[in-house]
Amino acid sequence: MPAEFWYGVEVLLNGLMAGVMYSLVALGFVLIFKASGIFNYAQGVMALFAAQTLVGIQTGLVPFSHMINAMFGTKIHHFGWNVPTFAAILLTIGVMVLFAIIVEKLILKHLVNQEPIILFMATIGLAYFLEGFGDLMWGAEIKKLDVGIPQGGNVWVEESTAFLGGDDFYGFYLDTLDIYATVIAIVLVASLVLFSQYTKTGRALRAVADDHQAALSVGISLRTIWVIVWSIAGFVALVAGVMWGAKSGVQFSLSLIALKALPVLMLGGFTSIPGAIIGGLIIGVGEKMFEFLIGAPFLGGATENWFAYMLALIFLIFRPQGLFGEKIIERV
Amino acid sequence: MSAVTAEPYTTADGRKIGGVVMEMRHITLRFGGVTAIKDISFDIREGEVRAIIGPNGAGKSSMLNVINGFYHPQEGEVWFRGEKRGPMKPYQIARQGIARTFQNIALFKGMSTLDNIMTGRLIHMNTGMISQAIWKGKAEAEEIENRERVEKIIDFLEIQNIRKAPVGSLPYGLQKRVELGRALASDPELLLLDEPMAGMNVEEKEDMSRFILDVNDEFGTTIALIEHDMGVVMDISDRVVVMDYGAKIGDGTPDEVRQNQKVIDAYLGVSHD
Repeated sequence: MPAEFWYGVEVLLNGLMAGVMYSLVALGFVLIFKASGIFNYAQGVMALFAAQTLVGIQTGLVPFSHMINAMFGTKIHHFGWNVPTFAAILLTIGVMVLFAIIVEKLILKHLVNQEPIILFMATIGLAYFLEGFGDLMWGAEIKKLDVGIPQGGNVWVEESTAFLGGDDFYGFYLDTLDIYATVIAIVLVASLVLFSQYTKTGRALRAVADDHQAALSVGISLRTIWVIVWSIAGFVALVAGVMWGAKSGVQFSLSLIALKALPVLMLGGFTSIPGAIIGGLIIGVGEKMFEFLIGAPFLGGATENWFAYMLALIFLIFRPQGLFGEKIIERV
Repeated sequence: MSAVTAEPYTTADGRKIGGVVMEMRHITLRFGGVTAIKDISFDIREGEVRAIIGPNGAGKSSMLNVINGFYHPQEGEVWFRGEKRGPMKPYQIARQGIARTFQNIALFKGMSTLDNIMTGRLIHMNTGMISQAIWKGKAEAEEIENRERVEKIIDFLEIQNIRKAPVGSLPYGLQKRVELGRALASDPELLLLDEPMAGMNVEEKEDMSRFILDVNDEFGTTIALIEHDMGVVMDISDRVVVMDYGAKIGDGTPDEVRQNQKVIDAYLGVSHD
């Protein structure tokens, strides 16, 4: 096999790893959309907020320190301690659950049976509020997030695969952080799927996703389910926020990664969990392979920015309900 | 109150009818300017098959929705197990032991027959989220125990061959049966059936009638059902409430109701002058 081929395989692997992360973010959208019919525009900001909170807790930042200092003339910024990563993650999960409860109490509860567009607008409001709130709470500067996962090329993978190609192939270059992220995302996606298939709460989640009235009639509290779903979405946001935050720092652009989930959703369908997974992989592999085979040699590169959206657009024309989405049939 | 004595008695076919389980007192329900239910009172006794009949638009479904908490009447009281019921959410009422089916089948279409009926067991399952996530110990035992109960219901309704089928793909008659199974799975004290025979052919109607009677007989479940087709209802119910234009125009045994002039008029469409 020529070295070219193995570089192609390397691109494919990187594409798959990126794809798993896209799947994870898309899953956050699908869960909320299925359970409450809401397209949660705030998903990306939730990832940002979760990452900010994690860094804040980890490095012992005082919440709202700017506000406190401005009001009382104090100069506090740090508690002067560091919280171990694992404990900080648990505390952040707690914060995201609290966030879910507040969202349900202050927003969802009052918008039951409203038009989807109204619910969508509410999440836009929520997104901008949360963005400002996160900055107010933890400060707007770019933060470094270190959860103890090493970065850079994985030497072991590189050395153990070098034999595949000839003298001009040096083994697969895979980022260690990406490998961790992929494994974590796979575990998370698999456990979410298993949880929803084989537990009573999972069954209740699916029931609510299918029919609200019927769910009520068998004794399922919609509000409890909404809190659970938003908590899970918050947890998914945390994982995505940590993985991307560790790569490029915790900053505003983190909230835009959610936009990458949009083409995934168009491809996979808004209501399908397998669709989110497959859609994510197709986009991840597709954009990397397109760049490698066509983009870089012929189009001057940087096709990754738009490839996913173009693919989604083509899909929309031929299969508007997505790969696995429920077909929309309406009687005339 | 109806004319029937409150003393427990045994029916001709040997079923025991107990005291009053549910009592509606002077229920009035309005939607804006439209009065869907006008000052209706009736009771449902333990172990009986109680029917609410009436022409289309008589307010039968509204009455069922009041019993199960989808609607809250502006006036009147609902008494359940001898206690006045406060303002409750439908899911809380379901947990109290009132299950129901819907006129336009409300199944969880993406889920299998088995999973649909399992949702009926949710109110009897109470392990925490963490335990469920690990799927060990109590959660596992609970899952297995409830699964056994569901298998019994599947056998009872003779739907073994469609256990794993997604219900959305099943024919109408079978979907109705799965929905009955889901309602039964919660071991309800009171089972509400909203037009269980609507849209069925004669054979399916006979099957459904048999299942309703068997449920009542074998599980001792109290049943309140709505129908606009008088024929079947008269055969299977112990007592019948007749509604027309939101008001009660008759209440009693099928024979009494059949001879009630107001009921005959309502069904034959005699003009009111």
